[in-house]
Amino acid sequence: MSEYELDARRMLCPMPVIKTQNKVKELQTGDILNVICTDPGALSDIPAWARINGHEFVGHDQQDDELIITIKIG
Amino acid sequence: MAKQHKAVALISGGLDSMLAVRVLQEQGIEVEGINFYTGFCVEGHTHAIRNHDKDKQKRNNALWAAEQLGIKLHIVDVIEEYKDVLLNPKHGYGANMNPCLDCKIFMVSKAVQWVKENHTNGFDFIITGEVIGQRPMSQRKQTMPIVAHESGADDILLRPLCAKNLPATKPEIEGWVDREKLYNFSGRNRKPQMALAKEFGFTDYASPAGGCCFLTDKNYSDKLVDLWKGRGSRDYEMDDIMLLKVGRHLRPKPDYKLIVARDAGESKFLQGYRKQLPSIQVISHNGPLTLVDGTFGRDDYQTAAGIVARYGQGRDSDEVEATVTIPGQDVVTIKVKPLTSEQVREEWHV
Repeated sequence: MSEYELDARRMLCPMPVIKTQNKVKELQTGDILNVICTDPGALSDIPAWARINGHEFVGHDQQDDELIITIKIG
Repeated sequence: MAKQHKAVALISGGLDSMLAVRVLQEQGIEVEGINFYTGFCVEGHTHAIRNHDKDKQKRNNALWAAEQLGIKLHIVDVIEEYKDVLLNPKHGYGANMNPCLDCKIFMVSKAVQWVKENHTNGFDFIITGEVIGQRPMSQRKQTMPIVAHESGADDILLRPLCAKNLPATKPEIEGWVDREKLYNFSGRNRKPQMALAKEFGFTDYASPAGGCCFLTDKNYSDKLVDLWKGRGSRDYEMDDIMLLKVGRHLRPKPDYKLIVARDAGESKFLQGYRKQLPSIQVISHNGPLTLVDGTFGRDDYQTAAGIVARYGQGRDSDEVEATVTIPGQDVVTIKVKPLTSEQVREEWHV
């Protein structure tokens, strides 16, 4: 199990989701992915994408204008 | 045991595609969704940028619809491939720069490709939420067979909401789907869809009504045409089409245009482009960040900064101080008299 980071700053909906979707294809079950975003819409979209595709939305952290959204690969 | 046939659905996030999926699910068909991102899709973009949109709901409608339907959704980035659809539409444009028929053919052809790649997983056909007569360009009785034929989908393209008005497709002929349980909707009247939504318990859904694509918007299309005219070539990059969604656009000379932020949210968004494009900022007063797109020289500084000053708090001052930043060069500070509203010519506004 490994932890990865994906930079989706300045990308607007739905690009953070597309980048997340493409990155997840390279990962293994149990891996953790932290997606760093600046589009607040990502906070509803990435968890929704994770839920419908069998991954777990672990949580999020807000640091100034950046959101760090964490998902666990299912 | 009979083979379980599966369908892939084109999901826009609107009501019709949701209904089409649920109609098939009611027949026990497993469905997955596919959504194509062209760069022109109206989603949370402007909501995420502008201050006054901060309270608007920020969600991707396709993802939201997929979650309501309990289906997987594949979002596909087609930005590069879509350029050819927009720049060279075989069937022409609609009222604005919207190549709706070519766009539908393109998306169905991408779904055909997806079905071929996923055939071994049981996917055999494609469904859409199209309704005859719903859209003036892409959803007419005459264009339905064109979409099916030119996309290469032919008889594996099923439109559950208006199937009874069309010749039977392979899923119906082979008995994978019961044609009798499909629908015969037609025309622009939305009442049948609303009634079916109620029957299925859908109470919250997006209603794009032609508004799911920036290319159907006249102001946006005008800006796109202006971009091509200003550059002398019909081409674009992702950043270009994003910037067309933001700010007030003014072209005081054929060679360059100004993108003036309309609020603090847009100023912040445009900050991200300062390393790529020249920018102007009034520093003696509060005012919007402005980007410059095109060929821009020292002779243009006074006029351009004068326009920018017009949109800041120093608009009534005799003189304001502004910086002009060209990427890779020293910042230049200038003094300028803000233009009056009469001096900012109507024809400059894109």
